[in-house]
Amino acid sequence: MSTETIEAPVAKESEALLSKRRKKFITDPLNDDNPVTVQVLGICSALAVTTQMKPTMVMAMSVIFVLIFSNLIISLMRNAIPGRVRIIVQLAVVATLVTLVNEVLKAYAFDIYKQLSVFIGLIITNCIVMGRLEAFALGNKPYDSVLDGLGSGLGYSWIILAVAFFRELWGSGKVFGYDLMGAIGFENFSANGLMVSPVGAFIVLGFIIWVQRAKTGYVEH
Amino acid sequence: MQSNRYIIIFSLVLTAVLGGLLSGVSQVLGPTQKKAQDLDTKKQILGAIPSEKEALADMEPEQILARYAEVINSVVTDYQGNLVDTNEKGGPMVAEEVNVEKNYKKSVEDRMYPVFKYSANGEEAYILPVFGAGLWDAIWGFVAINPDLKTVRGVSFDHKGETPGLGARITSDEIQERYQKKSLYDANGEFVAITMVKGEKTPEDRLGPTRVDGMAGATLTANGVNDMLLNYISYYQKYFDKHVKGGAMSLNNQ
Repeated sequence: MSTETIEAPVAKESEALLSKRRKKFITDPLNDDNPVTVQVLGICSALAVTTQMKPTMVMAMSVIFVLIFSNLIISLMRNAIPGRVRIIVQLAVVATLVTLVNEVLKAYAFDIYKQLSVFIGLIITNCIVMGRLEAFALGNKPYDSVLDGLGSGLGYSWIILAVAFFRELWGSGKVFGYDLMGAIGFENFSANGLMVSPVGAFIVLGFIIWVQRAKTGYVEH
Repeated sequence: MQSNRYIIIFSLVLTAVLGGLLSGVSQVLGPTQKKAQDLDTKKQILGAIPSEKEALADMEPEQILARYAEVINSVVTDYQGNLVDTNEKGGPMVAEEVNVEKNYKKSVEDRMYPVFKYSANGEEAYILPVFGAGLWDAIWGFVAINPDLKTVRGVSFDHKGETPGLGARITSDEIQERYQKKSLYDANGEFVAITMVKGEKTPEDRLGPTRVDGMAGATLTANGVNDMLLNYISYYQKYFDKHVKGGAMSLNNQ
């Protein structure tokens, strides 16, 4: 009996794996603090890879992977990283992870590698990754950092997937290569060339930001 | 604030760990990557034959490699049309390993020219690699020519960085099918290769046997494809003269 009473307060102090505070790490970047539409980071790749759903999906998964693991690694090392060279240390870790993704794709998904290789390399320069490392992983514990990476990654992913959905649908009448427009009765759907150029991504992204801010009431200061 | 000593040691250790990790991964994945690349090339070569291309979609990698070994017989020739058996390092010359992109940087006379001879069910074709410049970056492909050396059986094109939805359409079946049964020689018997016209939806009767319909919005890529076909197929004429029985009409003395 006595042992129980000693253990009980300790158990109360340790935070639940998905406590309210931790859930916010994941839910915030999805909408209120979205890396693409609110922080306006990672725009370059959001324009470049989003012509079709399939490569966009791979890009999204790659970014999530890089975000989670770079956050984890930097967070684990956060007390050992010398402050004066921290940026270059972050860069080295991110570059290593990105190269890993690229090599794995080259070995096991060669078609997608051919299509995406250039953009995968550019994950290194995706501001979201470095941004999370600087703003979060350097000052938080590993598990929280992993959640933060996952949240930001998902926030980035749903935006680029949404953009890709509209671009592929209007640009070629397809979704994931499946002829959706033909299937729902628009046999003579004529593709909109604007949508396959980066300009189309700007427009779609603009609409998403518009709708989102109309709902959340967010205003730039 | 850490000492300079600590920073330097930290950086060196980090570099060693990350570098070691990457070279390790590269070592482990290397063979798989080479296989994937090899499979991709062979898919493109087979893909130049329309009937094979249809079958490719449902085939497993091993089946594709087996089919390739069964129907393709390759040789390498130089610009003079002489067969080349040994590579620069003295080893046996393998047509599939000839890097067309690297050869493209050499002068026309110094390049190696692989020929992939297709033979299945009594049907034959010569599949030739082609390489050139598109609008943004390199474009390449394989052209299958019937044994008469005049008509095209089919093509497969690929590119590095053409605009998606515009120039990148050269990889689509729709565009590649336009080249089937077209002629490399005009009515006067002159070698003209095949020209993709400017603009799209040109009626077939206005195109004739040596021209194909264009791609709207991608005329510069189309020009690149035209140059690529005209140049690269002409480089093989001496090989055809020397080695293909009764076939070849040379560019000059037709």
